[in-house]
Amino acid sequence: MKSFLEENGRYRGIFAWIFSTDHKRIGILYLVSMLTVFSTGVILGLLIRLELIAPGQTIMGAKTYNSLFTYHGIIMIFLFVIPGLSASFGNFFLPIQIGAKDVFFPRLNLLSWWLFTSGGILILASIFTSGGPADTGWTFYVPYSIKTGTNVSLMLFAVFLIGFSSILTGLNFVTTVHRLRAPGMKWFRLPLFVWSLYATAWIQVLATPILGITLLLVIIERFFGVGILDPAKGGDPLLFQHLFWIYSHPAVYIMILPPMGVVSEIIPTFARRKIFGYKPIAFSSLAIAIVGSLVWGHHMFTSGMSDTARYIFSLLTFLVAIPSGIKVFNWVSTLYKGSIELGTPLLYALSFIFLFSIGGLTGLVNGALAINVHIHDTYFIVGHFHYTMFGGAAFGFFGALHYWFPKMFGKMYNERLAKLSWLILFIGFNTLFFPMFILGWQGLPRRYYDYLPQFHTWQLVSTIGSWILAIGIVMMFTNLLEAILNGKKADKNPWGGTTLEWQIPSPPPPENFEEIPRI
Amino acid sequence: MNALSYRTYIVVWLGLVAFTILTVIAAGIDIGRLNVIVPLLIAAIKTILVLSFFMHLKYESWNLKIMLGVTVVILTIIIGFTFLDISFR
Amino acid sequence: MNIPLKDYTGAKIGMWLFIFTEMLLFGGMFLLYSVYRSMHPQDFHNAAEGLSVMIGVINTIVLITSSLTMAISISATKKGDKNLSTTFLALTILLGLVFLANKYFEWGDKFHHGIYPDSAELLKHGSGEVLFYGLYFVMTGFHGLHVLIGVILLSVMLILIINGKISREDYIKLENSGLYWHLVDIIWIFIFPLFYLIT
Repeated sequence: MKSFLEENGRYRGIFAWIFSTDHKRIGILYLVSMLTVFSTGVILGLLIRLELIAPGQTIMGAKTYNSLFTYHGIIMIFLFVIPGLSASFGNFFLPIQIGAKDVFFPRLNLLSWWLFTSGGILILASIFTSGGPADTGWTFYVPYSIKTGTNVSLMLFAVFLIGFSSILTGLNFVTTVHRLRAPGMKWFRLPLFVWSLYATAWIQVLATPILGITLLLVIIERFFGVGILDPAKGGDPLLFQHLFWIYSHPAVYIMILPPMGVVSEIIPTFARRKIFGYKPIAFSSLAIAIVGSLVWGHHMFTSGMSDTARYIFSLLTFLVAIPSGIKVFNWVSTLYKGSIELGTPLLYALSFIFLFSIGGLTGLVNGALAINVHIHDTYFIVGHFHYTMFGGAAFGFFGALHYWFPKMFGKMYNERLAKLSWLILFIGFNTLFFPMFILGWQGLPRRYYDYLPQFHTWQLVSTIGSWILAIGIVMMFTNLLEAILNGKKADKNPWGGTTLEWQIPSPPPPENFEEIPRI
Repeated sequence: MNALSYRTYIVVWLGLVAFTILTVIAAGIDIGRLNVIVPLLIAAIKTILVLSFFMHLKYESWNLKIMLGVTVVILTIIIGFTFLDISFR
Repeated sequence: MNIPLKDYTGAKIGMWLFIFTEMLLFGGMFLLYSVYRSMHPQDFHNAAEGLSVMIGVINTIVLITSSLTMAISISATKKGDKNLSTTFLALTILLGLVFLANKYFEWGDKFHHGIYPDSAELLKHGSGEVLFYGLYFVMTGFHGLHVLIGVILLSVMLILIINGKISREDYIKLENSGLYWHLVDIIWIFIFPLFYLIT
């Protein structure tokens, strides 16, 4: 039987891919688009670090710097981490893991990818069209985002399209999990990756529209001067922040839940044990989704919010750490007395736990009101969110990549090179981002393109870390690309996994299963 | 699948029209703070009528009803928590 | 790639999920309304005098009635009564167009008096009134856009009923379109008292 990689259907050549409604092809389309934009985001990050290698102007002026971190943030967040594992591995494996042939709305799925790609193209276009690249920071706070002459409207519209893509994917996944589970695949037999995708899908459906309306309102404000977000006409700038973070905080749970789901898959497989605490992990995904929708004010502690709001948001922020803690406990318990095989996916999963814990714990630090006054908008925050988004979500992503690579492409990669790449990545990552906690604690503000000489040492260390990180990334991708072209053939179940995807050939045939399995 | 009778729909429609008239009348009477709550309450009742009968929610599975409930709760919390800031400044 | 296509319940769930997203989308605007009204109660009260309660009531009745005709059209389809179904769907579309026409005249009247976003006339008033009209244009604007989309959607459904693609055996598209139309009605049910009845 031909694999989905070979079976083309109605179209030829590239059209067989970009017009395909096969969830596996769509997953790979996302993977390719996302890794492309990720590379762009990495380059922007390297340029930022290069500017910051020494005080004073190094390679660019202040305005360019503002645009650089704006696009770095937008590309990484909206085009890489938010679609993240849902759009790529979720699309590929959700149907297979529940025993289905595809998602519930395959054509809507393709539309999602087209919206995503169009948004990405418009974002890149906004760098070059008249007005110049947006310089508001990825958070577009008013009033600056209303007043600035740069291409904010085009960029916001692009993000709107990407948000719409996310909503449709969430809608698709919820319906799929409710209606297309194979006979016998009860809710509590679902793989934990599916649970995480389900919880994420709900956040996508309910939170993203708020971002949608906020972006549209800023665009309308820019064109028509309506006044509802413009302080000069009586609008309250804090309302923009509320609306923005009502989405953007749950968004970070969109980013982290699927990687947590993958870790829940990788650890049992490589410890050769059933996961410890299946139900707590499943429920904790839902708990994170729910409680995570109630804490957005912790981004606004110094903005002028009422004291009452600050107390309540701070309290809830502390509570939301609990379900994450439950997961960490269960993962570590699974490893205990397991028969551990230290494959590359496990290395990524373990470093996820370590790095995300640092990120999460520093999140609690940020959530304490008295401390927040000092570290808000400093490098401490920058360190915090890179440990969670990169050390957490992105490392989880790379772990998923190495875990499912043989299944998706039918080839094996060079294990030693993969492990070496991981090591360099890990060292580079910590060298780059750990100093930021120190710098932030010492008072260095974020988003400044210049700084006082006293901060120079750690800035230098951080920049060197960025180069080590970059080398690790290049090595990792080279290894994988080489494997796609020349890798050894992989068989059905190289890791001994127990979920449904390991029962079908590598790569899978177009309809996944010869006949729908009975569980 | 359940097709409701035309009569049921017409009765619901009459209810909606009646509540519309009610809300207009209530707006003309000064009842202090209730002037904010009463129209919202009436709008909520009209919405429940539309959801339950025109949109068939009364006859749908519990899954769907719970999903709607979750949506409404989230929206309420979002607005409510924002007022934690606004009202206490 | 073919999935068993006739999972009626699944298609309905998908549509309801989309409706939830629309509720949240308008919910964001209602959030802004509630906050600004609580900050400027007197200004909102004064500004609302500029809106005609009569037109508001008429539009409300128009939309409520269009929901009735929509529901009857769907019931008729399920019962196999193609004529009734077609007639009432056409009525629904007509009522939708009436609503849009009213809106057009209402907005036109406002523009004629110099009340529109960022107008010099509007900015003369207090910031609360500026916010009221800002919200008025944005919210009725987005709502009107959704009515227009609904009218187009229902027109497509009308064609499908006429050429038999929607029938007693397969009516999920019509039912889902109906859900969308009722949502548009629900949003207006809230907009009406909040903008027209606060004097």
